[in-house]
Order: sequence, then structure tokens, then C-alpha cells
Amino acid sequence: MSAAGTAGGPGRAAAGGGAGPRLQITGLGISFGSRPVVALDELSVGAAEIVGLAGESGSGKSMTTLAVLGLAHTVGASVTGSIRLDGQELTVLSQSQLRELRGRRIAAVFQNPAAAFSPVYRVGHVVRRALRCHGASGSEADDRAAAAMRSVLLPPDLLRRYPSQLSGGQLQRVAIALALALQAEVLLADEPTSALDVTVQAEVLELLRGLRESAGLSILFISHDLAVVAELCDRVAVMRDGAIVEQGPAARLLSTPAAEYTAELLAAVPGLEAEA
Amino acid sequence: MIQTAASPADRATLSASVRDRLSGNPLLVIGGSVVAVIIIVAVAAPLLAPFPADAGAATHPFTVLRPPSAQHWLGTDQVGRDVLSRVLYGARVSPLIALFVLLIAGAVGIPLGIAAGYFGGWLDDLIMRITDIFLAFPALLLALALAAVLPASLTSVTIAIAATWWPWYTRLIRGQAASVAGRPFVENCRALGISRRRIIFRHILPNAITPLIVQVSLDVGGVILTASALSFLGLGAQDPTPDWGLMVSEGQSYFTTDWWVVTFPGLAILITAFAFNLLGDGLRDLLDPRRTFLR
Amino acid sequence: MITYLARRGALALVVVAGVIVVTFVIARVIPGDPAASWAGPHATAAQLAAARRFLGLNQPLPAQIGTYFAGLATGNWGVSIHTHRPVLSDLGTAAPASLELVLSALILALIAGIPLGLACARWPRRALDHTVRAGAILGVSMPIFWMALILQLVFAQKLRLLPSAGEYAPGLLFARPLPKITGMPVLDALFSGDWPMLGSTLSHLILPAVVVAAYPAGLIARMVRAQVLDTVGETHVQMARALGLPERDIFGRYLMKLAWNPVSAAIALVFGYSLVNTFLVESIFDWPGLGSYAASSVATLDTPAILGVTLFIAVVYVVANLLVDILQAALDPRIALR
Repeated sequence: MSAAGTAGGPGRAAAGGGAGPRLQITGLGISFGSRPVVALDELSVGAAEIVGLAGESGSGKSMTTLAVLGLAHTVGASVTGSIRLDGQELTVLSQSQLRELRGRRIAAVFQNPAAAFSPVYRVGHVVRRALRCHGASGSEADDRAAAAMRSVLLPPDLLRRYPSQLSGGQLQRVAIALALALQAEVLLADEPTSALDVTVQAEVLELLRGLRESAGLSILFISHDLAVVAELCDRVAVMRDGAIVEQGPAARLLSTPAAEYTAELLAAVPGLEAEA
Repeated sequence: MIQTAASPADRATLSASVRDRLSGNPLLVIGGSVVAVIIIVAVAAPLLAPFPADAGAATHPFTVLRPPSAQHWLGTDQVGRDVLSRVLYGARVSPLIALFVLLIAGAVGIPLGIAAGYFGGWLDDLIMRITDIFLAFPALLLALALAAVLPASLTSVTIAIAATWWPWYTRLIRGQAASVAGRPFVENCRALGISRRRIIFRHILPNAITPLIVQVSLDVGGVILTASALSFLGLGAQDPTPDWGLMVSEGQSYFTTDWWVVTFPGLAILITAFAFNLLGDGLRDLLDPRRTFLR
Repeated sequence: MITYLARRGALALVVVAGVIVVTFVIARVIPGDPAASWAGPHATAAQLAAARRFLGLNQPLPAQIGTYFAGLATGNWGVSIHTHRPVLSDLGTAAPASLELVLSALILALIAGIPLGLACARWPRRALDHTVRAGAILGVSMPIFWMALILQLVFAQKLRLLPSAGEYAPGLLFARPLPKITGMPVLDALFSGDWPMLGSTLSHLILPAVVVAAYPAGLIARMVRAQVLDTVGETHVQMARALGLPERDIFGRYLMKLAWNPVSAAIALVFGYSLVNTFLVESIFDWPGLGSYAASSVATLDTPAILGVTLFIAVVYVVANLLVDILQAALDPRIALR
């Protein structure tokens, strides 16, 4: 089932130049002044692939997201190495070139959905604003926002509410709908389910899986929770202290972990231990 | 042995970190230096002033309103007195008023704040409602009304400003006292039979000292401005006191032709208030970064 | 929402009542005899007694306060001892000029303060930030009566760029009288389509408005900076960036809208402060507003007038705070929901 999805990612895989990965990170270094926080040798996400990036909090996963978005400088970090999107080098682009890419080709979903929307604007405002910034006309933006809401199974009139009037699960769906409305190719999902309770978590995971099938979305799924990663991802990279200790196909890595650290992480998840 | 070996190192890192924070905060350094200069001027005014007698009631009918020159660096005023000497002696007037105002405001405001925050209940309500009424006025309005009804003098100005200033301290201390009084260790102290006075002096006041220092240093500039405004309106110092606000007020009539009589005393007010505000702002950054710019 | 405003309104009434009592007691402590200054220097004993009765000075203090409160309710704020006119009508004549001055100063302060504050927050700890910070501290350290004199000397007397005093060039009144529509000369000239007069009123407004704006402009810049830097690290800001919104949008809209609440609360506070600052500025610029009225009533120990001005400013102050509360509730859904 997942093999079919990987190979036949519909339509837009062609834009990605066929065989090469959508997102390719090589020799990525992130540091605060002289203090390095991430040294990542190699990580890639193929077309319509879901790759998990697992590790404890503080292992540099979220900084990696910011670096890919070209936003590491906003928290005072500097970036070296190479980040390629469909073969195009991102680290050499100017902020205004990156701004064109952000949202439109790379979208992000953050951990705490309640904090991801400005409390003083209706949620639709952000959606509309983002679409307008990427060239949609007013009525086009409304239509695409409504369509995206329907595709994440939410009534479009929720867009007229304030964030405080929506649940965490609903807000996370809106955030994903945003990525859809912008027709992003790569979604960086930074702990998107950690703040949600288990049933809502399952719904969001189901939604992400569905989007990979239907829209050919490539997803970098960042989580500290190996159980979730195991359930969703095709491949998994395990990160510790800013470096990747092990990566490989999800099934292999979870059944026969090579690195001691992976085994430790697995041991912390009650359900998986028995499987292994 | 080990301890004595370690302490110079500790001291070195401590002073290094202080130096780091100071170099990142040039305004604090500038403000502090200017304040130091003002204090030196106030103390050494008789030595620095070229014509010490001109700070008083001297008159020189033949040197009236002379422009700045080698002899009178800042010119002479409408009765021929040396403006430089009067400006230097002025450093003894406004800052001293500020000192007294803040002493009185603290002496009234701090005990009330402790009472309100520590004991709570109806006493807290009563004190804070009265404070609210005072704070509902812009401070200058009430100070002006008070100073207007009192005989015009520096004492009246001090009383009038102090009467409007204490509620700020009550509110500040009340917040501190209430947050400390609510903590479990104070309950424990009470249970252990530790006296109220000891709780207040050993636990509540030390906690309030940092915000208090910041508040006081920020308030000096405000008090100096208010006092000089009242003097400018003729409600404060009277001639021949070398008060900067009064000098501006007296020079006003000659201002269009003889600019120096107003310009230099006013500049002295500005520099003094500016220096104390820089110092206060920098101290707040250093000691208490969470407080806002507004009092 | 309604109960919220009702509670705020009730509290405001209590504060205003407290203000009246405090003011009254202060005013009654004034040494000197208001009746004597009312009746004039050559009054007979009988005239003095009549003045005393007329001014209610023969009653005990609590009764005087009662009478005063009863009068306030019916629009009788007492009679000015200096002008011999009802205080309320004196205030009505003077208030528009001061409101015009303070409001235009606050507009100036917002126009200067908000962009500066945003720029400082966007590039913190750079040269601009340090300069604005020093400038803001300079603004709150400024003896404004002195600043008024210096600006008047430089721009009016020496450079002759701007008029030195008054609300407009009185000569223009011969060509065409200025109708009293709002009492604010700028607006009156605008509404009556009197363009030469409009130019004259605006040029007369510049110097006093700049002087009154010095304090609030610095304050607003610093508040905006602090508020924006407080929220700039939040997730929704990163989210907006991740969506490709330009920095201009993020600072100018998202962060500014969040910063607006504390800033508008500060504006209400600074409004009252500026109104009192007109006491120091208006007489220098010969501006016929509350400040000039207050300065002359203080000089003549005109009790009812001092009471009236104090009360009036207290009421304006409380109303301004209330308006800001309503505005905040309208702008921020989190407040409205409480």
C-alpha cells in the first residue's frame, strides 16, 4: 500500500525532477554563536514520502525545521551546509526569494496549534492573507480556503471564528488545510500531534496519510514519540544531540535497531517493545 | 585553602559579567557618570562657582544682562548676577528637593503598602481604594492644586509633590508584600512563632528592594521636573534662591533679546533629569528587566 | 461585555466622587477669603456678608460639599470668583482649544512613535534602537515649559518660520469672521471652508503641539518596542513567517495589533498627563485653553474655578480610560469573551 503511494505520487512529482528527492539536506550545521546545536550529515524526503525525524526534545529537531524554512536567523542561529528543494539550493537564496518558497512550496505545522494562530485575528484571516501573498485574488483565496477546509473535513465557516473558539484538533486541521490551500509540496510537521489527545491524534495522522495519497505531499514528520512515528512513516531518522545516530526504513529500524539509543527510545514505548 | 583560592576567581568572573552587562548598556554608564558629576558639582559648588556670592541676593546694576563672555561664561541675569554660578548652585536645590520628596513618599508609602499587602482584607481594600483615587489624578494636577494653596516656598513644593507621590510606592510595595505573604514559608514562619516584624524586615522588604531601587532612580527625574514646573509657575522657590525653574521663569521676560538667561538653567534641568532617567532605565535593564517603561 | 462595562463605569463614578471630595477639602483649606476677592477691595461689611451668603461660605464644610454635589448634578459648577461667570461655561469656552492641542499632539506622537517603536523592535540593539531609546528618555526628561520657550525663540523669533503665539492671525477675522462650530479653530476653519484661516490655525498649532507631543511620542515608541519584542518569539509569528508573509506584514499588522492594547491604555494615561502639561505650555503660546484658565485661577486663588478645572480633567481622564476599555474589548476577542 505504501509502496504504491511512493511510486505513483500523482501529478506534481514530475515537477520534482523525477528520481531525485524532494528535500535533500546535506552536511547541515546549525549553531548559536560558537555553540553548535545541529550537525546533520544526510537526510532526504522523496516525493510522496513520509520521513520521521525522532529524538528527545532538545535534540535539534525543531531547529532543523526552522533552518529548512530559512528562519533560523530569527532565533539568532546561523546555518551552514546544503538544503535542496527539488535540486534547488535554498541556503544561498535571499529572504525575499525564500519568502516566495515558504508556504507555497514548503509549509510547516507546529506543535501547539493554539499558539500557532494569532489570538486577535479570525483564523480565516491568516489563511486568506497567506493566499493573497502568494498571488491569489480575493475571491480565489476564499474559494481555495473553503475547498481546503472541506478536504480536511472541517466546515468552511470555522474560518470566521477566533482561535480561542476552536479546539486544538480543529486548529491543527486548519493549519494542515493551509498547506493544502497553498498547494505545498513539502510539509514540515513539527510535533503536530503532541499537544492533542489520543483520538484527535489518530485523526490528524489519518489526515496526513490521506494527503500523501491524494495530493502527493512529502512530509518530514518530527516527533519524540516513536509509537506515532512507527505508525505513520516510511523511513525514520533518529536524532540525538543534533546528529543522526541511525536512519532506515521504519519497519527495519523499529524491529532491529542498530544504535543503542534507538533501542532505548523504543524501550520507552510500551506497545512497540512487544512487537520488536 | 580551597575556598580562598576559589574566591578571587569567582570575583573575577563576577566583575567580568558586570563589565559585560555594562558594556552592553552604554546609557547606564553615561547616566551614572553624569549623575556623579552633578553630585560633585552640588557638593563643590562654592569651589567651582566663579562668583559664589551671585548665588544669593547680590545685585550688580552695571553688568545687567551681559551675553556670555570670558568673564561670565554663561552671561549675567536681569540683576547682573553670574548665570554660571547660579546654575552650579542650582545643583543643590532641585536634587535636594527630589531627595526629600522621595524620603517622605517612601516613609508614607512603604508602611502603607506593607500593611495592605501583608494583612490584606478590609485594610488592603481601604488603602488601595484611597491610592486609586490619588492615582486617578495626573500627579502634577494635585501637586499644583496643593502648591497653589500653600504659601509659595520650597517646603510647600516638597510637601505638595510628596503628597501625590506616595501612592506609587504603596502600590509597588503592596504587590511585593502580597506575593511574599502568600508563599508557604511565611505560613511556616508564623507557625514557628516568628514575629511579624521579623517576617516583614527579613523577608518582605529584602524582596522589594530591587524594584524599589529602580523605581526611586526613575522617579528622581520626574520629581525634579515637577518641582521646576511648580517653580516656573511661581508656586515654589522665591528669589534669590538659585532654583533652575525659577531662573527660567524670571528670565522669560528678557528671553527674546537675552537668550542665555533662560537657556542655561533649563538645560541644567534637562541634563539632570535625563541623567537620572538614563540611570534608572539602565538599572531597570540590569536588575529588573521585566518592568515596563511606564511607571 | 455589558456587565464588564457597567462594573468599569461604576468604579469610574466612585473614583470621580472621591476626586471631588479631595479637591473640595483642599480648596477649602486655602487661606484667604474668596468673598473678599469676589466683592472687591472697597466692599462694605454688608456687601461682604452678602457675597459670603451667595458663595455659600457661611455653611459648614459638609453642607458646602452637599450643595456642591447637588449643583454638579444640575449643571451648576459654581461661579468663578475671577471672571464672575459660571465655571461650567468658562470651561466650555476653554476646553475645545485644549482638546484640539492635546489631540493633535497625541496624533503627532502616534505618527512618530509607532513606526519608530516598530523599527526598534525589528532591528533591536542597533544604532536606531539606541538612538530612539535615548530620544525617548530625553522626551520624558524635557522641562516642557523650557522646550516651549526655546522652540518659540528659534522657530518664531529667529527663523520666523512659524507664528509665535495665539490660535490664528487675528487680522484674518476682519476679512471673514470665524464661526464657532466646535470651538476648535482648526475644525471650524475647515468646516466653514475658510482656507486662509485653516492655514493660519494649522501653522499656529505646530509649535505647541510638538512641545506637548514630546513626552507621549517617546513613551509610545518604547511601549510599542517592548510589546512587540515580547510577542515576536511566539509560535504564531513563526507560523506567519513559515507561510511566507513579508516581515512588513508581520511587524505592521500581526505584532502591532497585539501591541495595540497596552499601547492604547498608555495613551489614555498620557492623555490626562498631557492635559495637565498644557498648564505649562498654553500661557507661553497664549493659547486660550484650560491650561491658561487653570494658571490664572491658581494665580487669583479662584476656588470654584480650580475645583472646576480639576474635576473636569479628572472626568475627561476617567472617560478616556473607559473609552480605551471599550475599544480594547472591541479589538481583542479574548477580553470580550470574559
